[in-house]
Amino acid sequence: MKAARLRRLGGLLRKELLQIWRDPSALAIAFALPALLLIIFGYGVSLDATNVPLALVVQHPDGLTASFTSQFSHSPFFRPRRFLTIQGAETAMAARKVEGIIWLQSDFTRRAESDGNAPIGVIVNGVDANDARIIEGYVQQVWANWLTARAAVDGKGAALPLAAQPQVRFNASVSSRDYLVPGLIAVIMTLTGALLTALVIAREWERGTLEALMVTRVTVSEILLAKLVPYFLLGMGGMAASVLLAVFLFGVPLHGSVLVLTGASALFMLAALGMGLVISGFARNQFVAGQIAIITTFLPAFILSGFVFDISSMPAAVQIITHIVAARYFVAILQSVFLAGDVWPVVVPNALALAVMAAIFLGVARATARKRLD
Amino acid sequence: MPPAAEAPPALRLEDVRRSFRTGKRVVVALDGVSATAARGAVTGLIGPDGAGKTTLMRLIAGLLRADGGRIEVLGIDVARNPLGVQARLGYMPQRFGLYEDLSVKENLDLYADLQGVTPEERGVRYAELLHMTGLGPFTARMAGRLSGGMKQKLGLACTLVHPPELLLLDEPTVGVDPVSRRELWQIIDHLTRTAHMTVLFSTAYLDEAERCDSVLLIHEGRLLGRGAPGTFTAEMAGRSFLARAEGVGRRALQARMAKMPGVIDAVIQGSGVRVVTEAAGPSDQTALPSGGSGFALVPTAPRFEDSFVARLRAQSSAPTPTSGANDAPRPRGDPPASAPTTPARSAREDIIVVQHLTRRFGTFHAVDDVSFSVARGEIFGLLGANGAGKSTTFRMLCGLLPPSEGTLRVAGFDLRTAAAPARGRIGYMAQKFSLYGDLSVAQNLRFFSSAYRLYGARQREQLAWAEEEFQLGPLAEATARDLPLGFKQRLALACALMHEPEILFLDEPTSGVDPLARREFWRRINALAEAGVTVLVTTHFMEEAEYCDRLVIMAQGRVLTAGTPAAIKEAARASALPDPTMEDAFIAVIEAAQPARAA
Amino acid sequence: MLRQVFALIVKELLAVLRDPKSRMVLVGPPLIQLMVFGYAATYDLNHVPIAIENRDASEASRDLVARFVGSPTFRLVATLKSGERINSLIDSRTAAMVLVIDPRFTRDLLLHEPAPVQVIVDGRNSNTALLIEGYANTILSDFSLSWAAEHGEPPPAAVLDIRARYNPTLSSRWFIVPGIVALLTQVVTLLVVGLSVARERETGTFDQLLVTPMRQIDILLGKGLPGLLIGTLEASVIVAAAVLWFDIPLRGGLFPLYLGLLLFVTAVTGIGLMISSLAVTQQQALLGAFLFMVPSIILSGFATPIANMPPLIQDFTLLNPMRYFLIVVRSVFLEGAGVGALLPQYWPMALIGAMSLAAAGWLFRKRVT
Repeated sequence: MKAARLRRLGGLLRKELLQIWRDPSALAIAFALPALLLIIFGYGVSLDATNVPLALVVQHPDGLTASFTSQFSHSPFFRPRRFLTIQGAETAMAARKVEGIIWLQSDFTRRAESDGNAPIGVIVNGVDANDARIIEGYVQQVWANWLTARAAVDGKGAALPLAAQPQVRFNASVSSRDYLVPGLIAVIMTLTGALLTALVIAREWERGTLEALMVTRVTVSEILLAKLVPYFLLGMGGMAASVLLAVFLFGVPLHGSVLVLTGASALFMLAALGMGLVISGFARNQFVAGQIAIITTFLPAFILSGFVFDISSMPAAVQIITHIVAARYFVAILQSVFLAGDVWPVVVPNALALAVMAAIFLGVARATARKRLD
Repeated sequence: MPPAAEAPPALRLEDVRRSFRTGKRVVVALDGVSATAARGAVTGLIGPDGAGKTTLMRLIAGLLRADGGRIEVLGIDVARNPLGVQARLGYMPQRFGLYEDLSVKENLDLYADLQGVTPEERGVRYAELLHMTGLGPFTARMAGRLSGGMKQKLGLACTLVHPPELLLLDEPTVGVDPVSRRELWQIIDHLTRTAHMTVLFSTAYLDEAERCDSVLLIHEGRLLGRGAPGTFTAEMAGRSFLARAEGVGRRALQARMAKMPGVIDAVIQGSGVRVVTEAAGPSDQTALPSGGSGFALVPTAPRFEDSFVARLRAQSSAPTPTSGANDAPRPRGDPPASAPTTPARSAREDIIVVQHLTRRFGTFHAVDDVSFSVARGEIFGLLGANGAGKSTTFRMLCGLLPPSEGTLRVAGFDLRTAAAPARGRIGYMAQKFSLYGDLSVAQNLRFFSSAYRLYGARQREQLAWAEEEFQLGPLAEATARDLPLGFKQRLALACALMHEPEILFLDEPTSGVDPLARREFWRRINALAEAGVTVLVTTHFMEEAEYCDRLVIMAQGRVLTAGTPAAIKEAARASALPDPTMEDAFIAVIEAAQPARAA
Repeated sequence: MLRQVFALIVKELLAVLRDPKSRMVLVGPPLIQLMVFGYAATYDLNHVPIAIENRDASEASRDLVARFVGSPTFRLVATLKSGERINSLIDSRTAAMVLVIDPRFTRDLLLHEPAPVQVIVDGRNSNTALLIEGYANTILSDFSLSWAAEHGEPPPAAVLDIRARYNPTLSSRWFIVPGIVALLTQVVTLLVVGLSVARERETGTFDQLLVTPMRQIDILLGKGLPGLLIGTLEASVIVAAAVLWFDIPLRGGLFPLYLGLLLFVTAVTGIGLMISSLAVTQQQALLGAFLFMVPSIILSGFATPIANMPPLIQDFTLLNPMRYFLIVVRSVFLEGAGVGALLPQYWPMALIGAMSLAAAGWLFRKRVT
């Protein structure tokens, strides 16, 4: 009995491997799709503003205004352009030629050197709120540095009474690619994992081969297991390729251990493949299966995983929904393992959550799969 | 022969019911079917498409659960123990269940693994199967690259790796060439005789009934009859005749016979008309008119189809659709301007001319140097199995595909390059009656009438004609997808005819529809041809070829023979075959072509 | 023949609207995406978990702590006594920021020495880190200025007077929601147009269409115009939702918006028809649509600015019609831009539209003949 069971499983596994080898579509989904998406997203998605065009309007230039504006000229963050009038600068902003305006009025030096509180006009284009906030933050730093430098070096005026000492842990260069790329791996592998199993089973429905398989001694568990094992290996291969791309193409540091990365990836892959199996339970053709996989995995993983949008800032109801997105846990693990190392307080609870999700998806797939067509 | 009498039958069906829900509609697929199948025999499950054959097969295989009733396979209740049943039966689904990117050997290995055949047992078993199916030389070939007939045999071999006690074959012969079909039947005979296997065989081809030991005739989910094929034909004894009349065209004769009281069926066969009467006996025969000079009515052996038609007629109290068969579907008596008012067969005018037509896909010759011509008012057939090249030829004629070589002219045009109005002279009915499934009947008609540039009063007139002529009025608001197959076919024909084309292209026009719908369809086509419309039809259905004036038989992209059905059959006449059927003729033609090809 | 084209358009619209699945595609996913993007896709920070270690138990330091705790941006999750837990709080992501107030805080303030305040931020999400720093700096400098004023210190030489144009509260939603108009219009139009020919090819009705006296240009028009109509309608619904549900101000006129919309939908329709001409099955069409859609959304400036991309990719985005339409929607909504200011966006879309339609026509002819 046991020998027969093993032989059935072996036969199915061999068939699956032969098909993977001969039909390139599975290999394309496992390797080409993630690589393509990773490259598009890796280069296309960046929150690091550099060379932000900035208008400088100094109505009465002198040494003091120069000491302030020179800070912008020397920053890689800004690309200053000088305008003679505020109207000219405003027109340029309306035409999207500049993103912000620094405006020093003609009485700036006089007021700064007498009563102080000379206004530095800062106008930002608020349409892209994120960019606007980041520009604001930089301008604030420039201003604080300028006050401190003036007080310390020239001995003139008062510095701010507080000296903020910012420290950024784990990503000292504050490069968005370093955190976006690991997150992207999670988003992309969610799609890939679900597509792999959902599409191959739908293909068997379409071609009528599953119908023939069902009327043999094979059991449902054997059919599912024979799908899970090869595509698990294939998915892990795609994952490894993505990690290599991240490290060698995008230069993301990998501080954690490969072992933790592998373990977490395995749990995540089981959850993603399990989701694909659940989808394949009701989608009987590749067209529908593909659509469902894209809609249910890609968008939620992109928006609700915390990979780019901060989960704690979302409305409470949306935060609750994020708990059923497997990518959320994997994003947390990946960002830590890449940028911080094996941080057990992050890894353990999230890995547990992934294990629970994998168990649920695989359990549902097993419970709903029948050796029947209805 | 079968084991002891107390052993349960191979299959027992008790009041089996099953329905499906599609959207808001509930479709009853099986409506209380009860039957048994004896061990060691071939039981034919026969009925047109949509009769419920596949549903019943799947229920027996445990792939579906019945809504009601009980199915017992080899004494086991399927609902209770599907795995126990599945271990003992073999099932070949409609598309053979093969992995196309696996080789013949790999497919066999997979099914051997799944059926628990040990590697030691395989050698002998494989040799036996490969010998039986003739697949021996192709073990390394990918299943996807086999011909339809070879796929069918491989599918069969895979289900036979572990000899099942009950073998379920779901429409294994559909679209397969007659030679492969004949070979399959030889294999089945061998299995039942030497291995005492029980076979349940489903088919829409009524002529296959006569090969079964016992038949379950199924129509619209109900069992219409059961028993040995002989019992079906026996009840038709003395009711089938072959009518001939000199000086009267066979179509005119058929139309006249169909209107005769007491006649329930009249179809064209060879140069005459096959007539089935309501009751047997010479009194009926005398009641038939002697019909002027040269009229002869010869009794002939009844066929299974006669019995099916008789049962369908008895079942429906509706007036026989063949009544009024002489009315052309053109009540306004306004034939197309260019069509002759009376068919002028003597002055032959070739309206379709095909010369040295070749179409290659890569290195594969789908159509290879094909030439033929069709006269105005003729019904011309392209006969061949799936993959013979008839659909490719058809698509080139319609201008849907450019030829690689050769010329073709339809009404003097090449439809590919002709200006749009030229296409207004043809009507086209695609395979499977493809219409806009989401649109209602009326919306489909309206759209196609506009596409054929009908508008204003004329459009209204033609729409009204289509609804009345094809009895689509009551269904005007029904969604086309939900129509029964016969009505889909009617709607498709209506859409193709509203603009009164001179030439009608029909691709597999009656595949799968029941015999009555097929008769009704051909009644209309005959009337059109009588009115001077040229009809070009493709079919893989041998009996349908009888309706053609002339036809070509195609195989592997080539025309093997051309001529009238009678001439083609005549050529196949031999001492062993005194009265060959079209299928016999087809096989003879293919076998004659084989050595030439090999040389 | 106009009548034939009209009949085909009516047929296409009926086919889409009568099929419950197609109706779903037009209503379901767009609605979900609108809600998900509208509510979840935000860069704004709220309730950021922070920890504070106040080593200087004085009135001044308590005042500073109160400013952080009272801010809606931050949520205090831990108050620390000594430094050892800082690392574990950041590591485990319990806190995204830790504020450490030095024991010398009050003393230094009074001595006019710069009083040290440490702001330790989790940099794993660098964007969030930058924003947290920005928020913290604002609170710190506000504190500085008011402390200086209360204690009669001389005011700083200059102060910042920051104003944000067009979006005074710098709400991400004002940025994202108008973008959804472009995103969903593209998705729906592409799916309707891209799949329509493939669907007919699969069911066999396309052959039937080709043998009628309709010309290819009639068929192409009949296939393209319904997409144009449905795309415009879909966009109108989302514009209405943006204004009425999400309260995004619509400052500009409808004419510049719809002019841009028309050009954009035309360009997308052209691309959809190209996909349609190439695909034999619906599956291929879906794949083609997906392969176009993903890069076009990512490289459009929808979520992240084009200016941040590598120069080569920035050049590549010039081919992307969505890039231009995004600017049109956001400018019309938030800046109230008129036709004149948007001309640089209109003409590239018109050009892409003309080229994609011509290419679609050519491909169509090539596939059919």
